[in-house]
Amino acid sequence: MASVTELAKPTTRTVYHTKPGGHGAIIDVADFSLWYGKSQALFGLSLKIEKDLVTALIGPSGCGKSTLLRSLNRMNDLIEGVSVAGRVTFAGDDIYDRGLDVIALRKRMGMVFQKPNPFPMSIFENVIYPLRVDGVRDKAVLAETVERALRGAALWDEVKDRLHDNALGMSGGQQQRLCIARAIAGEPEVLLMDEPCSALDPLATARIEELIDELSGRYSIVIVTHNMQQASRVSDNTAFFYLGNLVEYGETEAIFTAPHDERTRSYITGRFG
Amino acid sequence: MASEHIVKSFDTELTRLESKIAEMGGLAESQLAETFEALVKHDIEAAARIIERDRRIDEIETEVNALALRLLALRQPMADDLRAAVAAIKIAADLERIGDYAKNVAKRISAIADASPALSIHSIARMGQLAQTMVKTVLDAYVARDAEKAEDVLAQDEAVDQLHTSLFRELLTYMMEDPRNISPCTHLLFIAKNIERVGDHATNVAESVLFLIRGKLPVEERRKVDAASTAPSTNPSERT
Repeated sequence: MASVTELAKPTTRTVYHTKPGGHGAIIDVADFSLWYGKSQALFGLSLKIEKDLVTALIGPSGCGKSTLLRSLNRMNDLIEGVSVAGRVTFAGDDIYDRGLDVIALRKRMGMVFQKPNPFPMSIFENVIYPLRVDGVRDKAVLAETVERALRGAALWDEVKDRLHDNALGMSGGQQQRLCIARAIAGEPEVLLMDEPCSALDPLATARIEELIDELSGRYSIVIVTHNMQQASRVSDNTAFFYLGNLVEYGETEAIFTAPHDERTRSYITGRFG
Repeated sequence: MASEHIVKSFDTELTRLESKIAEMGGLAESQLAETFEALVKHDIEAAARIIERDRRIDEIETEVNALALRLLALRQPMADDLRAAVAAIKIAADLERIGDYAKNVAKRISAIADASPALSIHSIARMGQLAQTMVKTVLDAYVARDAEKAEDVLAQDEAVDQLHTSLFRELLTYMMEDPRNISPCTHLLFIAKNIERVGDHATNVAESVLFLIRGKLPVEERRKVDAASTAPSTNPSERT
């Protein structure tokens, strides 16, 4: 059996041609590998997530893109038998440092999931949930946060008159925007989105995409998506993963018009997957 | 390398688009060949047939555009597939123009009197053959996805431009020598200009082919050697 260090090496050379955001990298993944028990899921990945830009992670199922996303805020800690090697630094801090406060880390990285997951409580309470966790009680602060976050998530006008209704009564698209409002209510630096539109209809999807567009520039967004047209529309940089390797990481426009790697080309043109 | 799409009909549509372009290019090429033959033989009947046949090229252009639009709308192609659809639309437009130039030349054949300066007719036919070769080469480059061949076409355009410049001077001289030459020589000048334009459109096609293959346009600035449009209008007789 191959030793862990041998296996950790990438089995392919990554092609890099990313667009710099001008504010440096906010997340720096360096030679990062991950195992689920004995099976290796990520092979020595290295990539820098540019601050205030939108970065899309694409690739066929099982390529490691969601695994990487969940590694960024240590959501994989919740899965038994996961081990990692290499480094992930977020704004200079090593996030796999033993002394790191994981809860504090996750507060700095809002996360939105595939299926909208509002809590069974009012719209108002859903949005201020991160502040409740922090013990904020000032009513003015809470009200102001709700309006700011809901406006930020392009939902304010639709729900301002029914803030105290149960969130589960909203449409799927509204619920997802509510989850985005909740994610940005705690003023995170990064938004991690794991296929945020895959359970939504085309109109709701368009609203979320418009929202991503508005949020970029203020937040650094990392989005995993199976919808390649979506990746090409919303992101500045795109990373293509295949079999746990980072194959190509570059400017989105180039990835979708003239990819450098043959495997990227085959995947995005629908020749394998 | 996985060369086929998971969805087979996507491949069928791309192939159809390509064969339409090839058909259109073949037609444009044969129109050019017959035009120059009719010009040299002063064959007015052949010219009439050429003019009539141009309509078919226009029809295929419409078909190519419809196919490419359909592909863009229904398949949302990416990367080289996207470039194939965009290149097809652009190439079809260039080939349609090439067809128009062949038609324009054919129209002038009946207007040229038999007394036209024979020397120039042959120079024009030579220039025409060069332009026609460019069209043929660029179509071969398109079908074979051959970047080197497409680059050859870019180089060949310089020769066509140079011939155009020298023809311009030659015709000017004939007109100075004998005012009766002015009418036929003016037609020949327009014909030469049309052929020069054929070369330019073949060059455009070559650039589209390079874009299709490489994903970027050729970076090198093309040297402009066609001096006819800027040639000084000195009296040639003064120099003799």
